[in-house]
Amino acid sequence: MKKSYKIEVDCANCANKMEEATKKTAGVADCVVNFMTQKMKVEFEEGADVDSVMKEVLKNCKKVEDDCEIYF
Amino acid sequence: MNKKQKKLLTRIIISAMLMIGLYFMPVKGLVRFLLYLIPYFVIGYDILKKAFKGIVNRQIFDENFLMAVATIGAMAIAVYEDGDYTEAIAVMLFYQIGEFFQSYAVGKSRKNISALMDIRPDYANVETEGQIEQVDPDEVEVGTVIIVNPGEKIPIDGVVVEGQSSVDTSALTGESVPRDIEKGEEVISGCINLSGVLKVKTTKEFEESTVSKVLELVEDSSSRKSKSENFISKFAKYYTPAVCYSALALAVLPPIFILIVLGGNPMWGSWIYRALTFLVISCPCALVISIPLSFFAGIGGASHAGVLVKGSNYLEALAKTKYIVFDKTGTLTHGVFEVAGVHHNKKEDELILEYAALAESASSHPISKSIRRAYGKKIDLSRVKDIKEISGNGVTATIDGKQVAVGNDKLMKSIDADYIPCHSVGTIIHIAIDGIYEGHIIISDIIKSTSKDAISKMKAMGIKQTTMLTGDAKAVAKNVAEEIGVDSYYGELLPADKVEKIEEILSAKGAKEIVAFVGDGINDAPVLSRADIGIAMGAMGSDAAIEAADIVLMDDNPMKIVKAINISKKCLRIVYENIGFALFVKFACLILGAFGIANMWLAIFADVGVMIIAVLNAIRALFVEKL
Repeated sequence: MKKSYKIEVDCANCANKMEEATKKTAGVADCVVNFMTQKMKVEFEEGADVDSVMKEVLKNCKKVEDDCEIYF
Repeated sequence: MNKKQKKLLTRIIISAMLMIGLYFMPVKGLVRFLLYLIPYFVIGYDILKKAFKGIVNRQIFDENFLMAVATIGAMAIAVYEDGDYTEAIAVMLFYQIGEFFQSYAVGKSRKNISALMDIRPDYANVETEGQIEQVDPDEVEVGTVIIVNPGEKIPIDGVVVEGQSSVDTSALTGESVPRDIEKGEEVISGCINLSGVLKVKTTKEFEESTVSKVLELVEDSSSRKSKSENFISKFAKYYTPAVCYSALALAVLPPIFILIVLGGNPMWGSWIYRALTFLVISCPCALVISIPLSFFAGIGGASHAGVLVKGSNYLEALAKTKYIVFDKTGTLTHGVFEVAGVHHNKKEDELILEYAALAESASSHPISKSIRRAYGKKIDLSRVKDIKEISGNGVTATIDGKQVAVGNDKLMKSIDADYIPCHSVGTIIHIAIDGIYEGHIIISDIIKSTSKDAISKMKAMGIKQTTMLTGDAKAVAKNVAEEIGVDSYYGELLPADKVEKIEEILSAKGAKEIVAFVGDGINDAPVLSRADIGIAMGAMGSDAAIEAADIVLMDDNPMKIVKAINISKKCLRIVYENIGFALFVKFACLILGAFGIANMWLAIFADVGVMIIAVLNAIRALFVEKL
């Protein structure tokens, strides 16, 4: 399952870091962060609980880039 | 400017003024140090905080950490020597100015580019019980009649049921000449209604309408990252730590070497200063920001010109295209039958066409239709009597009292008319009036007026080979191929054969060469997806083409392929310029820094300056009008 989220991040490198961090989160199969359109597409693993996974994703992203926001 | 940017700007101004003020203050020692700490914290507190959090979260090597270490180090040296604090603060100040500029410029260009692509209609006018109501396009059901006033965007695909107008399709096709629309014609969402009120019966839901499809495609496009982008992301991952370790080595190794091996003065302060300079240069911002921005601008510019690119990777690949394979019908030719000419006639062309159109007035055959279309005037049925269709041969009729026969060779033979066979390729319609041969009309698939030009331009821009594939007869293929000037052609191909031909070309090409296939999306979807780049043209409203292709041309002009290649070449050139320029300046500064030639001032200017230039350069990719 794929979902698209609006994000807020200031620098392109930070967007890359968010992508890395999201990919490493359990329950996430793949992720693409688009700095230009300020969107992130997350592909979830089969049977993953989207809400809790996204909470974890946000936590991990905050670790690598304090100044980011994901709207879900 | 958003809130964050305003706040940052205020901090920049305050600390800059504090610095100027302190410069004239005659204080010394500890007091001076403490006073200078004020502007330092004003400008740098968030960086220090982020650096600290980074360490806590074990994400050490980021630009915040680098800036924190560099400036704290510089402050420490200044305290030790009771020297100049301005350098450390200035580094932080300029770094923040750079951040501010980046955020502002990128935000602004992002908005500009998005605005270019923003063809999303906000509402649809629906008439309910005599009242016109504005509703969300999402809520309009198929078959609803919507009203589009002059100046409004057509929100949903549909058919005009009332009114006539001209519509501006430029947002979708890049074509600036408005199209005339009247009752019964299809209109496509995203076009702007220019002159008259239109009532449109919707044929699709908003989600399925052209405008939604196009928007989805464009918004997703920069998610497919190009090789250059991936290269830079990887590079940034190694570059920053590498520079940090080199900085550490630079601070420690030379002094120890001098102290132990040479027995001289280690000059710790000087080496540490050089190492700190290293750190300032180590931020990969310029590279990381400018590459995706260039692609984004390129894709934005292209979509404004009616070329939809589904991903940065395709824009990148397009510039390396060496082989272009075309489908014939609908791509290089119009794909509709049209009168190509009237030959061997003594009477005027118009008169021949008029008689032919009158005789064929009762037929619904595509060829009859094309003759009537070429005639172009209203047909006065009262002039025609006794229409007889002779199946497989043609038509005879009495027109204005004359016996007219319109048809093929067999028909001419049967009435003993002395016909002249034709060697042009196409369908030949002979005409005899009162038994006397009056010439023939040639009906063929018309080659697009720009096809020949487009092929020669492609050759000029370095395309190695152009190939035409078609299911049509070999004679037709040969004729069209020679007319247009493609290098090779293959006729009588079934769809599966086309895939085979593409595979032949794919296996014969060089490793870095790209094969593009151009088709109109009608029954060539397998070929579109098999080629390195599938280009679908004339895709307004064709879902299949948009789905299967990597690049979609919104109108059916082959010159757009040339334009698309030019756009991609320009974009890629900018990307390489930025990579080359940024790397060159960075490495030059690193070397100068290691030898103590570059100081921190130069380092921060190199960092911020390169980024500003790279961002401005990236924006150039947006301007594609003249390509």
